[in-house]
Amino acid sequence: MPDDTNPEPLGPVTMLATPIRLDFDFTPGVAQSRFLRGLERGVFMGQRCAVCGKVYVPSRGSCPTDGVPTTEDVELANVGTITTYCVVNVPFAGQSIEIPYICAQVLLDGANLSFMGLIQEIPTDQIRMGMRVEAVWVDPDELTPSLASVKYFRPIDEPDADYETYKEYL
Amino acid sequence: MPESEALHASHRLEYPYSRSVGPVIGAFLTGLRDGKLLGVQGSGGSVIVPPTEYDPTTGEDTGELVEVGPGGAVESWAWVAEPRPKHPLSRPFAWALIRLDGADTALLHVVDSGGPDNLASGDRVTVRFRPAGERIGAMADIEAFVPEAQGGAG
Repeated sequence: MPDDTNPEPLGPVTMLATPIRLDFDFTPGVAQSRFLRGLERGVFMGQRCAVCGKVYVPSRGSCPTDGVPTTEDVELANVGTITTYCVVNVPFAGQSIEIPYICAQVLLDGANLSFMGLIQEIPTDQIRMGMRVEAVWVDPDELTPSLASVKYFRPIDEPDADYETYKEYL
Repeated sequence: MPESEALHASHRLEYPYSRSVGPVIGAFLTGLRDGKLLGVQGSGGSVIVPPTEYDPTTGEDTGELVEVGPGGAVESWAWVAEPRPKHPLSRPFAWALIRLDGADTALLHVVDSGGPDNLASGDRVTVRFRPAGERIGAMADIEAFVPEAQGGAG
């Protein structure tokens, strides 16, 4: 970058700043808005398919299997099961969490769809499939309609879930 | 839930890239910072603006840098009646291909003519640089080209 504050003669231009930026508006839609508004209240909201009975969280507003709108709102438990996980040891630009950390798929009790969460309060070498966890939320006055309302998941004092209970969700 | 209860959020995705410009484009950008327009001699004596390291027709190395402009002729243009936020001017302007005096290729830049009725292909224009203290060695160091009758600045 040329330094145009320097009163000395400037050297030749060798670098060019070429930032790129995309400003965009995002509307998550009605179904996902319910999920996000649930996060603002500190609860996980899903929707149940009237045909197959599966509960999706977050719901896209329709059942991908049956092709029907999901209209029944379901409040899910604050606890769930780790189905799969990954220990992140590799630093990368923009990383906001101290490595190593655990990224896991969490299947909330009552849900038929897992989603990704950060696992904390456990050494990374003790993480395992089937581990029971609970969501830890930000302080009530910091809740927003965003997944940032969930600080992380942490282990709870319960026996691991039986593999049979979550093998469909791997 | 009524449709109006759907959430809405503004997002920004950005990457702070920078790139090395090399000796020829670097010289061109240095020229802009100094308030000069530079081209480069290609094969057979043609002058390429903005300059390239290789002649785009023959692939041979280009030669000496030569000063071109500051005037030139509009080859073609498109009027922007409603500038968008990231456009170089906030008032209506033209994107134009401008063949600078002494050049054999056209440069894409902005013509600030005040209105589409004041612009025609073949019109003479001249460069208007930003003030010296604001120039950083980038294409935006050229604020715009203006009809030659209005004169340039910088």
